Amino acid sequence: MSDTATSGVKHGFQLRSASVSMTALELYYFDDDEFEETLRQKINQAPGFFRDIPLIISLEKYEGLSTELDFFKIIGTCRRNNIHVIGVRGGNDDQRRLARGAALALMPGTGQRDRAHDADAAPEKAVELPVSPTPTAASKTTTDAPPARIISHPVRSGQQIHAPEGDLIILAPVQAGAEVLAAGNIHIYGPLRGRALAGIHGAESARIFCQSLEAELVSIAGHYKISEDLQDNGWRSAVQIQLKDDLLVVTPLDKA
Amino acid sequence: MARIIVVTSGKGGVGKTTTSASISTGLARRGHKTVVIDFDVGLRNLDLIMNCERRVVYDFVNVIQGEASLNQALIRDKRVDTLYILPTSQTREKEALTKEGVEKVINELSETFDYIICDSPAGIEHGAMMALYYADEAIVVTNPEVSSVRDSDRILGILQSKSRRAEMGQDPVKEHLLLTRYNPDRVNRGEMLSVADVEEILAIPLLGVIPESQVVLNSSNQGLPVILETESDAGQAYDDAVARLLGEEREQRFMTNQKKGFFSRMFKGG
Repeated sequence: MSDTATSGVKHGFQLRSASVSMTALELYYFDDDEFEETLRQKINQAPGFFRDIPLIISLEKYEGLSTELDFFKIIGTCRRNNIHVIGVRGGNDDQRRLARGAALALMPGTGQRDRAHDADAAPEKAVELPVSPTPTAASKTTTDAPPARIISHPVRSGQQIHAPEGDLIILAPVQAGAEVLAAGNIHIYGPLRGRALAGIHGAESARIFCQSLEAELVSIAGHYKISEDLQDNGWRSAVQIQLKDDLLVVTPLDKA
Repeated sequence: MARIIVVTSGKGGVGKTTTSASISTGLARRGHKTVVIDFDVGLRNLDLIMNCERRVVYDFVNVIQGEASLNQALIRDKRVDTLYILPTSQTREKEALTKEGVEKVINELSETFDYIICDSPAGIEHGAMMALYYADEAIVVTNPEVSSVRDSDRILGILQSKSRRAEMGQDPVKEHLLLTRYNPDRVNRGEMLSVADVEEILAIPLLGVIPESQVVLNSSNQGLPVILETESDAGQAYDDAVARLLGEEREQRFMTNQKKGFFSRMFKGG
C-alpha cells in the first residue's frame, strides 16, 4: 500500500475497491429453450430495467447436472436479449471450471457450502425438487417482492444506508451529511436532513416520503434537486416527492 | 468490570479535556476508583489540567511498547486519592497506539479500576478511533453551534458502527450529550443553538449543560479540574453531570431564559 502512496509516481490508473449492486440470476436447472422463454417473460415485465444490465449467474441453488450447464448458450441467449453475463457466483469446482472456460468471472458463493456435498448430505431434497417443475424458477422471482430494509436508529453524518433491491424505511432522523439510497421507495419517519436517493436503478415510479423536508439533496431515478431548490415548497414539513414528466414534484402529505 | 467511558466530540476546542478532568475527578470524589487516560498523543494536555505535568516519568505509549509497567506510568492525583492519571507522550506519533496495545492496557486497568475515562483527541483519525474503540459509554461534548453539532453527529455515527461493541454485535455504546459553553443570553439573542435545538438534532439523552464561564478558563490555567470549584456554576453543573452518570435524578440547571432557539427564530421569523 505504501509504494504508490510514497513514491509519488502518477500512474495511468488506480485500482480501487468498488461495490456495485447487480442482478443475480438464480439458476435452478438449465434447459435452453425454457431458459430463453422465461427470460423473455421477465424482460417483458420491465423492459427498461433489464436493458444492458450486467448479470451474475448464481449457481448456489443449481440442482441440475453440471454437464447440462452450457454457459455459451446462456451467454448467447442473454446477449440476444441485451443482457451481459459477467460472472458466476457459487457452484462446485466442475461448474466453475466450465464458467471459466466461457471467460466468466468467478465470485465466491454467499452460502460458502459446496452444493455437491450438500446434495450428498440431503439427497431427498434433490429428489423432491423435480416434482414441482417449471413454475419454481418463474414464480419465485415474481411473487417474492424484495423485502424492505428497515432501520430504526438515526442515520448519522457520514453514514450511508443502502437498500439495493427494495424499499428503505427509516424510523429515525436522517442527519445532515448522511445518505440513504434505495432501488424502490424511501420512507423516513423523521426529518430528512441529509441526502435521499430513491429509484437508483432507474425506477421512475419510486417516491420519497419524509416527516420534515430539510434535505441536502433528493433524487428519484437520477433526477435530483438540491436544498436551494427545495426551500419554496414544503420545506420543514411532511411531504412526498415523486417524479412527474421528468420533474421532481414535492407535495405536502396532508394534501396528498 | 470497569465502565469504560470515552469523552469525545469530533470537533476540537469544545472542552473534551476539561470534561475528562472534571468527570473523572467527580467519580473519584464519590469513592469510585477512577483512571483517566490521555489519548491525544503528541498534544499532551490532560496532565496540565490535572496539574501533574511535573510528575510524568513514563507514559501511555511507553506502557504500550513495553518500556514501562502500568504502575510506573500511572500518576496518583494529589487531591483525590482514588484518582489516577495515565498521561500520554508528547514526542510520539498517534500510530504508536495500536489496537492490541490499547486493549492490553485497558484490560489490565479493568481489573482494578471502577471507571476508565478515555480523553479523546479531536478529529476522526486514528487517535480518536482508538479512544472510542473499547468504550461502553460515550460522553459527546458539544458546543451550541452548528458545526460542533454536525461533528458530534459524525462521531455518534462512528460510535455506532466502528466501536468494538458495534463490531462484535453487542449492545450499542451508551451515548450521553454534554452541552458545554452554554450561554442562555446568547441563545435568547439567537446567536447560539438552544438545548432543545441540539437535543432535537442529535436525538440522544442529555447528561448536562455546562454554562460558559470564566471559572473554567481560570481553573484550567491553574491545573484545577473545574468540578473542584464547588461554588461556581460550571463546577456544580459538572457535579450534576457526574451524579446523572451514576444514575441519580437531578433536574437540569443553567439553561434558563430559553424562550426561542436559533432555529425557531431563523425559520419561523421569530
